[in-house]
Amino acid sequence: MAPILDDLLTVKPPDVPDKTADIDNGGGNEQIPVAPTGRRLADYSPPPSSTAIWVVIAAITMTFAALTSALIIRQASSVDWRHLTLPRILYANTLVLILSSITLTIARHRLTSSRSAGERQAGHRGQWLYATLFLGLLFVGGQWVAWMQLRAQGLYLATNPNSSFFYVLTVAHALHILGGLCGLAYVIRKLNRGVLRKSTLDAAARYWHFVDLLWIYLLMLLWVKI
Amino acid sequence: MAKLFAVTIILVAILSAIPILIHKWDMPPDISTHGALIDKQMSETMLEAGIAFLAAQFILAIFIWKYSNRSKEAKIRTFPGGARVLVVAAFLLVGTEVLALGVFGAKAWGEEYFRPPSPDAMPIQVQAGQFAFYFRYPGPDGKFGATHPAMISEATENFFGLDPNDPAGKDDIVTAEMAIPVNREIHLLMHSKDVGHSFFVPELRVHQDFVPGLDLSVHFTATKPGKYEIVCTQLCGLGHYNMKAYLYVFSQQDFDDWLKKEAALQ
Amino acid sequence: MATPHAVHHHAPPSGFLRKYVFSLDHKVIGKQYYDLALLAVIIGMILSWLMRLHLGWTNFAIPGLHFLTKSGAPGNIMTPEFYLQLMTMHGTIMVFFVLTTAPFAAFGNYFLPIQVGAEDMPFPHFNMMSFWVTCVGFLVLISSFVFSDGPTLAGWTQYAPLSAVGAVAGPGQGLGEVLWASSIGLFCIGQLLGSLNFISTTLDLRTKGMSLMRLPYTVWAWFITSCMGLGAFAVLMPACIFLILDHVAGTSFFVPSNLVINDQLQPHAGGSTLLWQHLFWFFGHPEVYIAIIPAMGITSHILSNNIRRPLLSYKVILGSMVTLALLSYMVYGHHMFVSGMNPVSSLAFSFPTLIITIPATIMVLIWIGSLYGSKIRINSASLFALGFISMFVSGGVSGFFLAQPSIDIMLHATYFVVGHFHLVMAVAAIFGIFAGTYFWFPKMFGRMMNETLGKIHFWLTFVGAYCIFMPFHYIGIAGNVRRYQAFVDDYLQPLIPVHRFITVAALLTGAAQLIFLYNFFHSRFWGKPAPANPWECTSLEWSTPSSPPPFDNFGPNLPVVYHDAYQYGVQSSTGDYLMQASPEQLPAAKQ
Repeated sequence: MAPILDDLLTVKPPDVPDKTADIDNGGGNEQIPVAPTGRRLADYSPPPSSTAIWVVIAAITMTFAALTSALIIRQASSVDWRHLTLPRILYANTLVLILSSITLTIARHRLTSSRSAGERQAGHRGQWLYATLFLGLLFVGGQWVAWMQLRAQGLYLATNPNSSFFYVLTVAHALHILGGLCGLAYVIRKLNRGVLRKSTLDAAARYWHFVDLLWIYLLMLLWVKI
Repeated sequence: MAKLFAVTIILVAILSAIPILIHKWDMPPDISTHGALIDKQMSETMLEAGIAFLAAQFILAIFIWKYSNRSKEAKIRTFPGGARVLVVAAFLLVGTEVLALGVFGAKAWGEEYFRPPSPDAMPIQVQAGQFAFYFRYPGPDGKFGATHPAMISEATENFFGLDPNDPAGKDDIVTAEMAIPVNREIHLLMHSKDVGHSFFVPELRVHQDFVPGLDLSVHFTATKPGKYEIVCTQLCGLGHYNMKAYLYVFSQQDFDDWLKKEAALQ
Repeated sequence: MATPHAVHHHAPPSGFLRKYVFSLDHKVIGKQYYDLALLAVIIGMILSWLMRLHLGWTNFAIPGLHFLTKSGAPGNIMTPEFYLQLMTMHGTIMVFFVLTTAPFAAFGNYFLPIQVGAEDMPFPHFNMMSFWVTCVGFLVLISSFVFSDGPTLAGWTQYAPLSAVGAVAGPGQGLGEVLWASSIGLFCIGQLLGSLNFISTTLDLRTKGMSLMRLPYTVWAWFITSCMGLGAFAVLMPACIFLILDHVAGTSFFVPSNLVINDQLQPHAGGSTLLWQHLFWFFGHPEVYIAIIPAMGITSHILSNNIRRPLLSYKVILGSMVTLALLSYMVYGHHMFVSGMNPVSSLAFSFPTLIITIPATIMVLIWIGSLYGSKIRINSASLFALGFISMFVSGGVSGFFLAQPSIDIMLHATYFVVGHFHLVMAVAAIFGIFAGTYFWFPKMFGRMMNETLGKIHFWLTFVGAYCIFMPFHYIGIAGNVRRYQAFVDDYLQPLIPVHRFITVAALLTGAAQLIFLYNFFHSRFWGKPAPANPWECTSLEWSTPSSPPPFDNFGPNLPVVYHDAYQYGVQSSTGDYLMQASPEQLPAAKQ
């Protein structure tokens, strides 16, 4: 029956204009009446994990942008591009991943919707989070099957350029999914110990939805190019 | 110490400028038809960069001299016009300068890269490989014979991988040195056998990388007979420093003699 | 409503490992980065001395050289391949493990949280990981000296196919190459983890009253650099992975077909040589701005403090740094003017390259213009800050030449380029690091560095750096090609005496750095105890209760900020400056 903690936004900055006076002429003359107070990490708004996850998403986006442009350039300059048929299981995997985003959204909704301490739904132990975790693992398993199917056709990493890109893109994505699963496991652990913060859950959810969208983008890229 | 620093800055600036002003180590003289624009760009840029360099260092030094060791009561003053004047100055001065350099430089660049070779330019093929340049002339039939990379063999000196079955290749002339007739446009077809290399002849004002997998070319006309060096400027391995070939610019007669001599050695 | 967490973010560390090795404290991590950069710069400098000795006197037997290599120095005479290996390691170590590490990771980690008034970064575990990943990356790089036939010889730029085709291309191109790519891949990950913390700290952990426009230049510089790193390092990492795959997995991302090496047709097919250059320089150009922008921030901060007035415009400096950062992504093709890419692209890249001189010029003019009417205070830190301006101007003007493709025909791959980037990176950025060291040493260690030694160090380095790097430009114009281990061409013979002059200058200037090293280490333990605010500086790091600061930076109470970071030239109870955390209010006086 672990509650989820609100992020502590107890100490909002007082009514001090954030924009200072023209500092080029020596501003900084606002009246700030309060004495110095201690602020803990939990007191900050917006929570740093929110900024952090956007930073992570930005970096991963740049990496896959580089991979995409490499793919485009490589294809343009080659005469040896032999399109391959995408293993059908990829489509099933896509459905699994979309489903996992749905279960995660349900989990988030249930854990953060307004409930007072007295009214806890029975079994409020984050089963939807477990479901998401399971579906994520299922996705990775399905990707593994896809790789095995390609191997069975004789398409390995170095066979031809499009198989190279297929493996690189899908393996890179799967690694980031595994990272997301670690994040979800971390969230579940915190929930079970009763110390989960909303900002942590939000960050993990945002990341998970991102890698889901990333997969849909990659699937389209693979379908069109590879 | 501040005054000493100011003097040092000025001395360093002047000493740095001297070798340029006395032309101690200059570019070698231009022997090309397209190089005049490049040289003009170079001197224009040198003048403007030199003025900017000296002015900045001098003013820095003067300000360090004037505004150090001031008394405690001295008033802090602000540069007349403040930041705005400087920003405007930067935009106007630097902006016009770089636009001018950019626009005129485009002309110099276009002379070499946007003007296609004339139809009766003489084609010569150059192949770069670790660690030598080889040149191929098409011979009397004017056609280059077919080559296959698999047939390249240093051991049998088939540097280009000439196909022995191709009749067009029978009169091809392969040399380790490049010769060209003066005042004749050359269309140089560039190919790399292995890794990246580059073709640079300072006097000819020609510089172009060889890119494995790409067929590139440059064209130029030499105006002065002489012996020049082609050097590799793209790091290609341990022999990079030694990768060079001689370029001879001959009169038409001397060139024909040379080519006949090389043909006999095939 | 749940109970708020009211405990300390993390308790004071205990135990040797937690305190000094696997520390979560950003200050310790900052010092660890600094020490890593110090070790790296010593190694990098020694490599450069070996290179310069060889260039001046090619057949000179350097005592002990054979200890560094299995076959690269028979009879202590450097082979051509060993020269290239030393050169590759010199460049790689300096660019990554010194110029990105010291001004950004080291000083940034130490001072960013303090300067915004936070007790630490928000993700100390990731921060610790960032250091150790970087450290492992460094060890992997250095290990290439020990394994197989030595480090890669393809230069820090690692152009394909030389870098990608495998061991057949030359010594060090097998295992050495894979170690290089792995090391740099790890470095990228380490820096991304660091950027994560820097950005979150700057945006989210500023203390009460610390608005964005009140941040010191240094914080902005570190923040901008972190954002740049997201684009740059996140692109280099996949490029390194492709390179590794080309080596170990038989792929052909960068290796075209039909290559013949040693009379053998290489098994690769269809890769793109230029693809590596595009990916590498998309990283590589922002990287050099990542190297210089923190130094610009540090110089601006230290300059303002030592001329006892704010710079002419905070917003203009800020805007210029942001513009430089944005433009830096649009100019990378200027490294590829004669690379075989479309000549129209070359022109297209040259225009933003020329335009990027405008924000750089604006910053120089603001720095110099701020000196007018100021009260310049001379000490080791301010000498290096002023020296930075001189060096940045010198290095910057050679950029005018290189930005134009037509002139680049003559200067590409010559010593002119080497002179340009050494002046801006190896000198100007290093001056920023030195300035930061002299300035912040009292806060980091509670002791003062020896001023006399600092000044001697400055003089010898300033004059020495000009003696080394100015001549590079002259010989470059004369056509002296770079990355040659010896000068055998006829037209290069007259330039060898210049190389010898440069070598002597390099060795002497290198020796002068021993003064700094002695001063740094001696003062750490036996320097004069430092007062709380020896430079009468306004920013928050000088408001900590002790030097070095306590583990949570400010003790139980975080500061509140009342002023911007450059209240100098005022009349306050403390003198001619007003600290950011001081509640004292002054009548709005025109200066």
